[in-house]
Amino acid sequence: MRLLLALLLALLPVAAQAQDGLPPAPYAYRQLDDPGLEQQARDLMDTLRCLTCQSQSIADSDAPMAGDMRHQVRTRLAAGETPEEVRGWLIARYGDYISYRPAPGATTWPLFAIPVLLLVVAVLVIARRLRGRGR
Amino acid sequence: MIRWRLWLWLPLLAIALLFGLFALQLSRPKDEFVRSALIGQPLPTFSLKPALPGQPPLANTDFADGKPRLLNVFASWCVPCAAEAPQLAALQAGGAEIVAVAIRDTPDDVAAFLDAYGNPFSRIGADPYSQLQIALGSSGVPETFVIDGTGVIRHQHIGDIRAEDVPRLLDELREAGE
Repeated sequence: MRLLLALLLALLPVAAQAQDGLPPAPYAYRQLDDPGLEQQARDLMDTLRCLTCQSQSIADSDAPMAGDMRHQVRTRLAAGETPEEVRGWLIARYGDYISYRPAPGATTWPLFAIPVLLLVVAVLVIARRLRGRGR
Repeated sequence: MIRWRLWLWLPLLAIALLFGLFALQLSRPKDEFVRSALIGQPLPTFSLKPALPGQPPLANTDFADGKPRLLNVFASWCVPCAAEAPQLAALQAGGAEIVAVAIRDTPDDVAAFLDAYGNPFSRIGADPYSQLQIALGSSGVPETFVIDGTGVIRHQHIGDIRAEDVPRLLDELREAGE
């Protein structure tokens, strides 16, 4: 028991150093009351990048700033904005990097053009082979 | 027959190009900064309570009086924010007016931080849920924005201000005032 207490006490200074002293924002970990709206918020949060831990989504991250962004997403949706409006609002601030769902643009067009191009090439190749076999 | 052989080299060429691209990208240092997309645009509308009781609050309208300012995004729990304190003092000595926003902070912590490292700020707004920080397109602490006299964001400095950054920020501030 005494050992356990000593171990717990040893952990205390670590907790005191953890980032900031404020509790998480109200809607960082609390779901919206409307399940449909919460589902929309979840789907959106899964496709938004956490800025502090850049390979995670804000839904996955426990960073305080990700919590604040979840709060922002949930309160905006609750206030009547659509998920794509919230995404657009964030892209206007952080650029495309904030979103995990790429939109066609000056730098992203190959992502969309290459599959179409490959499909066309594949169809041409197959058509040629089939014609060759028929002969 | 010879034409056939040339065709055979094409996949190899494609792979070589691909690996060339990998080598090029891997040899470049990674840029982890996420820059604000709001440079050249007016500040978002905001109205923050003061970070210290009895001090003036901070709103976007405070920036529209014709005087360019620095907007320092900081927090008492942020170690590089303490490291940049001497540079903020130097900027203030160089004639810069610095306003600040304290991210996820308590009045007691802010007061203790300013007691320890000095207070170069004319106003400090409190941003307990990082709402202004997100509205500014800022991705961490500390960051410093140059705001011109009409409230337009002119420059963003990401990370702590080093001694060599001080003249550059004063230049940016002077340019914003012209």
